[in-house]
This record gives sequence, C-alpha cells and structure tokens, in this order.
Amino acid sequence: MSFVRSLGLAAAGAALALGAGFAAAPAAAQQKTLKVVMHSDLKILDPIWTTAYIVRNHGYLVYDTLFAMDEKLELKPQMVERYSVSPDNLTYTFTLRDGLEWHDGTPVTSEDCIASIKRWGARDSMGQKLMTFTKEMKAVDAKTFQLVLNEPYGLVIMSLGKPSSNVPFMMPKRVADGNPMEQLSDTTGSGPFVFKKDEWKPGEKQVWVKNPKYKPRSEPASGMAGGKVAHLDRVEWLWIADHQSAINALLAGEIDMMETPPHDLLKVIEKDKNVKLVNTNPLGNQYTFRFNWTHPPFDKAAIRRAALVAFNQKDFLDAVIGDPKYYRVCKAMFVCDTPNETMAGMDGIYDSRFEDSKRMLKEAGYDGTPVLLMHSTDLHVLTNLAPVAKSLLERGGFNVNMVSMDWQTLVARRTKKELPAQGGWNAFLTSWVAADILNPVMAGFFNSGCDKAMFGWPCDERMEKLRDDYSRETDAAKQKALVAQVQARAMEIGTHANLGQWYQPIAMRTNIEGMLTAPVPVFWNIVKK
Amino acid sequence: MLAFVVRRLLATVPVLAMVAVFVFLMLRLTPGDPAAVIAGDNAMPDQVEAIRQKLGLDEPIVTQFFIWIGKALQGDFGESFFFKKTVAELIAQRIEPTVALAIVTLLLSVAIAVPLGVIAAYRQDSWVDRTVMAFSVMGFSVPVFVIGYLLIYVFAIQLGVLPVQGYRPIGQGLWPFFERLILPSFTLSVVFVALIARITRASMLEVMNEDYIRTARAKGLPERTVLLRHGLRNAAVPIVTVIGIGLAVLIGGVVVTESVYGIPGLGRLTIDAVLGRDYPTIQAVILLFSFAYVLINLAIDLIYVLLDPRIRY
Repeated sequence: MSFVRSLGLAAAGAALALGAGFAAAPAAAQQKTLKVVMHSDLKILDPIWTTAYIVRNHGYLVYDTLFAMDEKLELKPQMVERYSVSPDNLTYTFTLRDGLEWHDGTPVTSEDCIASIKRWGARDSMGQKLMTFTKEMKAVDAKTFQLVLNEPYGLVIMSLGKPSSNVPFMMPKRVADGNPMEQLSDTTGSGPFVFKKDEWKPGEKQVWVKNPKYKPRSEPASGMAGGKVAHLDRVEWLWIADHQSAINALLAGEIDMMETPPHDLLKVIEKDKNVKLVNTNPLGNQYTFRFNWTHPPFDKAAIRRAALVAFNQKDFLDAVIGDPKYYRVCKAMFVCDTPNETMAGMDGIYDSRFEDSKRMLKEAGYDGTPVLLMHSTDLHVLTNLAPVAKSLLERGGFNVNMVSMDWQTLVARRTKKELPAQGGWNAFLTSWVAADILNPVMAGFFNSGCDKAMFGWPCDERMEKLRDDYSRETDAAKQKALVAQVQARAMEIGTHANLGQWYQPIAMRTNIEGMLTAPVPVFWNIVKK
Repeated sequence: MLAFVVRRLLATVPVLAMVAVFVFLMLRLTPGDPAAVIAGDNAMPDQVEAIRQKLGLDEPIVTQFFIWIGKALQGDFGESFFFKKTVAELIAQRIEPTVALAIVTLLLSVAIAVPLGVIAAYRQDSWVDRTVMAFSVMGFSVPVFVIGYLLIYVFAIQLGVLPVQGYRPIGQGLWPFFERLILPSFTLSVVFVALIARITRASMLEVMNEDYIRTARAKGLPERTVLLRHGLRNAAVPIVTVIGIGLAVLIGGVVVTESVYGIPGLGRLTIDAVLGRDYPTIQAVILLFSFAYVLINLAIDLIYVLLDPRIRY
C-alpha cells in the first residue's frame, strides 16, 4: 500500500470519526446539565445519620417530604394530599397523594412513611421530642396513616415539615426499617432526582439525573413547597476545595454555580458581566457566641449577662462579612422577619456598654479567671469572630485567653467537659442557618436540660418548662407569647449570644434562572438557558 | 544484584512498620474527633457518642492499634469513616491522577532542567548561566500556589486556552488528558526544574574539569559528544540522586497543586482525610507514600549501576 493511499484511508477514517462525533453532538447538547460547586464534598449519603448540611441538600434532591415550608414560612402539604386533626388534638390523619412512586417503581405507601418517621424520630432532636408524645402510628390503608398522640403537641406539622437538619425525608420501608444507628447506603427515594451511585466519585463528583416518574404538585413552587418541577436532566456537584479555583472555574464558564463564594471575593465576581450573585435565603444565618456553664467564669448568670452587655453585633458583622449589603444587625434570637421575631429581653443587650459590663462583673465577684475562648482559624465565615469577641470582652472587663485551632479540633474540644486548663473550654463562636433556629424547640442552644443539653450544657428548669409549654401549646398566639418569654429568659440566664444575621449569596452564570427563594438550595425549578 | 534487591525489599518491612506505628500514634494524639465531624454541627452529644461507638473509637488506643494492624497485615486497610467505601477503593479511584501528574511533571522537569543545567555549565558566567541561575532561585522562592494562580489567570481566565481545573483519564482522549495536566505540571515542575538544573550545572562543572574531558577534546571529538557522552554521563549520578530526592518534594507539591487545580488525586484525598480526621484513610495513604518513596530510592540505586559500571552491589 502506498503512502498516499494510507494517508487517504487515514483521512477517511478520521472524517468518519469526526462525523460520528458531530452526529452525537446534538443529542448531547439537548442534555441540560448543571455543574455546581457546593460548600462541601458529599461524603455521607444518609441525611438522617448526620446533620451535615451537604447531606441534607443531597436529601432534597433524592427524597420528598410529607410537608414543606413555603416562601412565607408557612407549612404546606407536599407528599400529603390532605390531613385532618381530631377535635381533641390527639389524632392526625394523613392521606398521601396519588401516583407517588419510589425510584425503583414501587408505590409509596403508608407503611413506608411510618417507618421513615420512626427512623427520623430515633435520630433527630425534634423527632425524638415528637416520639415522646406519640402513642402510636398506624396505617389505615395503603395511602392513609394516623399519628396518635398521648397528649396534645403543638409541633406535629412543624416537625414533619422541618426544613433543615435532620429533615424527615421519606424512604422505602425496606430501607428505613434498618438500624437507625447504621448509615444507609441505599439512596432510593421518591424525589425529583435520582442519585447516580455508579458515577459517585468521593472528593471529585456526585451526579443526579432527573426522575422521569416524579409527579410534581400542581401548585407553583414556593420555598421548599409546591410543584417540584425538574427542568434539568442532570445535576453535577463538583468538589473544588479551593475557593479561588472555584471562582476561576465559574468565571471561565467551567461550572454554572458556586454555593458559598467567600465574602472577600464577591467583588471579583461582581465585576464579571457573565456571572451574578443571588441571595436565595433571605433569612440567612445567625452568628452565635456559646457560653460553657460548667466552669468559671461563665458558671454565673450575672457574668454571662455582663458579656452580653459588652457585645455589639455590628463589630462582629463588619469584621467577617464587611459589606452591609450582606448582613443585618438583628437582636431577635428567632430571626428577624419570621413569625417568631421578638425583641423581648433585649433592653441594654448588645450595645457594648463597657462600663456597665465592668460594674456587673464587680458586683458578681469576678476574680479575673481567664475566659478560654476557642478560635477557629480555617473557616472563612468564622475566623474573624473570636478576635472581635476577645477585644469586646476585654474592654468589658474580662480577662481572655484566646486559643487558635482548626474547626475540627474545636468541634471535638467543645464536647469536653474538663476544666479549660485540662482540655476544656469556656466559650466559642459558631453560625446557625436561620432555618434551624425558628422556634425554641428547634433551636438547640435553648435546650437547658443540663447534661442532655448541647455543649455548653445550660441548666435551667424555668427555661425547660417554657420550652415544654411551647411544644404543648396548639394555639399560635399563645405560642408566640411563649417564644417571647423564652427569649427573655435566655437573655436573663445567658444561654448564648446572637451576634447578628448574615447572608450568603450564591454565585451563578447569568444563563441560570429559576433558583427558588428558600432556606436550602434546591435544584428543581432551575432553568439553564 | 538480585540478592541486593531482595534485601532492600525486606528492609522496607521495618521501615513501614515504624511509619505505621508513628502515623497511628500521631493521629490519635492530634486533637479532633471524627465522630463529631461525621455527626455534623447540630448533632446532640448522644448522637456523637453513638457514632463514636459505631466506629470503635471508644476502645482504648492499644486495642484500636492491634485491630488496625491485624487487618492491615492481611491487606485490609479498613473502611473510610465517611464514605461507605474501603480505603483501598478510595485509593484506587485517586491514584491515577496523581501518578499521571507526577510522571508528566517529572518528564517535563527533566526535559527542561537537564539541558538548562548543561548549557549553564558550558557557558559558565555568561548571561545564559546567570539567567538559568536566576530562574533557579526564583523557582525555589515562589510558592507553588502563587505560580498556579498566575498561570490560571493568564492561560485560563485571560487567554482562555486551557481549562482552570479538573482531570480527565487518558481513556477519554489524549488531548482532554493533557489539556488538564499542562498547567498543573508546569506549576509543579518549576521548583523541580530549579533543583535539577542547579545540580546538573554543578555536577557538569566538576566533571568538565576532569582529565578525561581534556583527553576527549584532544582526540578531536565534537564538543557535543564531549558534553553529552563524556560529560553528562559522568555527571549523571548526582543528577539521578537529586531527581529521587525531588520526588519527595513532588509528593508535597502534589498536595497543593491538586487543590489549586481541582485534581481528584491522592494529595486532595490526604487533605480531605486530615481535615475530617478520617484515620483509616490517612494511615493508608501515608503508608502508600512511604512505600513509594522506598521503592523510588531502590530504583535510583539500581539506575546507578546502569550509569556507572564501577558501582556494584
């Protein structure tokens, strides 16, 4: 065969290959794939086993919920078609929508939902509370089930429609029936997307594809509620750990969206006309200072209160967020612009009245015991908080020993009850997603059950009584009055300090539209043009 | 020779055993609790404790060590605390990008550095020599991530000719594979080029003053033959040694480079595992790195024999 003939054959082969490639191109172009860099890599697939937000976000793609919170923070039926409450407020009857199917094609039944509630109820703090009031759950028929209470409980629907971790996601009975202490690996759900386990590469990429069997509600999407219409064929979460690299990838068009661009790099994004910043979570987040009640000096309420008097929110928010467009000074512990917003108990708090703080410390007999303040150094949204707290506390008369460490070390150390000098602590700062702190039962830092409380271990019978009364109350107006009492009590005894609300805009290419306003980033309703 | 190779391979056993004990103890003494990380920020203390028990972290350290080492001796490095996958599976998923990056970087570095070093030595004290040495100092001084961001800004953001991040296996095509390795390899090779070029120059300068070079020139051999056949070959032993040492630098550099370029390799796996206190993964990856390092040293010793017939084991 001559060289020329060989070349000719090779050229023909290449042309055929190219032709095949071009022929395949239109099919590929029709696929709408959204490439997103989330705030973390997805390592765990079970949203009931962990409270990690990234797993919760995965849960919303794969699973559906009985109830969901809409944009106005009202709870609406989601998988449930209708429900009724008996006149004695003891029996809740739920009827599922027609046509609900698991990803494997089997129908969603009452038994599935009961098993799912039980598994969630064994793990989640609000679920555990609901279970203590629950006498039994029983299937009436394949689509109807009842939850029967021992005594009236005002948070049944709130619990089942809880928007954030742990969300009561519905799973098939065969999956949910397993040991709740064991992590699930079966991701069969009934949500608008299906997890592609065969394409899961931890530390690199996670993939979901549209669930063709999903039947959205007829109402328009609103918050987490309404019709979950998937316009995307495929959602890919790419894990780019480095923020700057992720922003570069967004600017270059290699990804479509970045969930948590750091605030100090927002200016870079704002300058690019092909990228936009959208705040889809108007409730935002809340910075919090947590006291450890078990060791001096914060074992005394008067000293904790002196710290609240020394703080002011603006200094914290300026130091971390900077641009007032992305923060809000808001003293309401159950978040501003929510039904439970109240200013009860806030007189004289968070105004940095240093002389008053010093006087209060003197009256409380503060002996100069240093406050061991844990400072996390590796999360950009937290790093600058502790130095501000140290400065304000010192100006208010405290002696502060700030110890720097990475967040994971802090997370481990905050569980330790030892004395500060022996590996314990006195205070640290963190941030809550507002959707997790909308009422006194949901917000974990109000739990004042001593050893049963979250780290910091507040111990106050009055607070526990108020929280209990709140959970039993079924009248909305009376519930709101109790919320005010809880907040006032929290300021009186110093469970924790609220250091202001802040907002995290999502950065996305300008051809991405339809992202819903909701406390959790959800991927239905999104259109890629 | 065979006896030497066997002896050296057997010597890796105590080395790896010491690394295993050291890594295990270091991790357990480092602050942090994987159970708290897994449980998430909003978890109640009983949830954290349940996970701790499930992972066996409530056992005494000695018990944990013997359980781990017993399984490791059977080739079972356990399951990641986070992923429901074995550590072996995770490493298998991540090893290809790291090996690809290391090989391309190594080839690129040697291809650039050795000629530069030879030319600098041949033109000693000329502007070429000074430029190469200035580049060498710069290569040592500028951190890898700065070079990475600069290259991304110029070639990916401004010119748009190369991608910012990611990795494609070679099976998905040669160009997609190389396209994503060009910038990371250049980034990583800067320090490596600086190191090899400097040693090549020094080694060549030493050799070029030897009698046999004068003899070769006196025989009338072309200067190219004198340089490459008589000069470079005799200067090769220190160069090969420094390439071996440089591989340790490369492993460190891979961790940073993979982060900057979003390459899902072993470096990124190590960082993620350390941040999450994923003990089984950290232990296995460090053992793997140690083993690789021992093997590289063995390979270098064997290459000495090829380069210098006077060396015998």
